[in-house]
Amino acid sequence: MSLLDYFRSTKKKSASTAKERLQIIVAHERNRRSGPDYLPQLERDILEVIRKYVDIPADQISVSLEQRSDELSVLELNVSFPDEKR
Amino acid sequence: MAKIIVVTSGKGGVGKTTSSAAIGTGLALSGHKTVIVDFDIGLRNLDLIMGCERRVVYDFVNVINGEANLKQTLIKDKRVDNLFILPASQTRDKDALTKEGVEKVLHELAKDFEFILCDSPAGIEAGAMMALYFADEAVVVTNPEVSSVRDSDRILGMLSSKSRRAERGEDAIKEHLLLTRYNPERVAKGEMLSVEDVQEILAIPLIGVIPESQAVLNASNSGQPVTLDQDSDAGQAYLDTVSRLLGNTVDFRFLTVEKKGLLKRIFGG
Ligand SMILES: Nc1ncnc2c1ncn2[C@@H]1O[C@H](COP(=O)(O)OP(=O)(O)OP(=O)(O)O)[C@@H](O)[C@H]1O
Ligand SMILES: [Mg+2]
Repeated sequence: MSLLDYFRSTKKKSASTAKERLQIIVAHERNRRSGPDYLPQLERDILEVIRKYVDIPADQISVSLEQRSDELSVLELNVSFPDEKR
Repeated sequence: MAKIIVVTSGKGGVGKTTSSAAIGTGLALSGHKTVIVDFDIGLRNLDLIMGCERRVVYDFVNVINGEANLKQTLIKDKRVDNLFILPASQTRDKDALTKEGVEKVLHELAKDFEFILCDSPAGIEAGAMMALYFADEAVVVTNPEVSSVRDSDRILGMLSSKSRRAERGEDAIKEHLLLTRYNPERVAKGEMLSVEDVQEILAIPLIGVIPESQAVLNASNSGQPVTLDQDSDAGQAYLDTVSRLLGNTVDFRFLTVEKKGLLKRIFGG
């Protein structure tokens, strides 16, 4: 790989990195907006409880509320634990 | 029935005022009686971009407070028929615009104009809310850059929840994506988000793509809306945008890198 190719390939990445990051944050924020106002606080509370046992970073938890039908909403809680030590 | 169109973005400095001036001028050039309203209270700039800064006598807040009527306050453009500007106030009182006051003024303008273009201030606070509250349509000005795209998405959230149409449960505000300061060369190199990328993320219909252009700076230097520079790429891109706003189907231009001929490659240009 020539030096020029090297620069080209790293540059190619910056727009696609931007796109990936945007897709994630925008989806996250849309979710927030469509959910009830207490959702962010609920998320923080759950994070605190989990952190009593395992040290996880804030971006490893997500809480969303999905309205499946008129009578049914599902609260989805996603927590990624660090793979090694518990 | 007058159409109220807000030009908004969330993020500052992305080209709202440039676009308001250019689109407003284009609508008037197409024969539609148009007024551009500067909602950027305290930071009025539309007058400067339109080249009528020395003709401002009264402003939006004066009209709301009953200190002047619309006839005294509206500035008629000297170059284009059917084009008027309602300047913002320089007051530092951010609460000078009230919903009732704005509604009253817009209502009165609606009797006389086909298009009311609202140049929004940056941010997602009261000022931006006021500019979008009464809108029928929204032009969401976005640069191909992460923070601008994210802020545009926030504004889209506001449009669909905080507007009068949303509060009344009426038909949603019609949203349009206007991508500005687009640089096809950098997109081709993978350094800049492409039209498709931004469209995919924001998921609203594209009304125009304005290239990054020296013509915009030239236009603002001389107080001429860039649409009047009809030989320029940006001027033409704005005219295409106006045509689409009016319901026409127009091919998108200036999206790809111009292939340079041998002479151009040697001599530049
Ligand atoms: N297509 C373009 N090419 C080059 N420069 C541009 C383009 N569009 C806007 N600009 C420049 O970007 C700057 C900001 O533009 P403008 O004042 O229209 O933004 P704004 O969104 O109204 O800002 P604010 O949020 O402060 O109201 C100006 O210097 C303008 O000349
Ligand atoms: Mg502005």
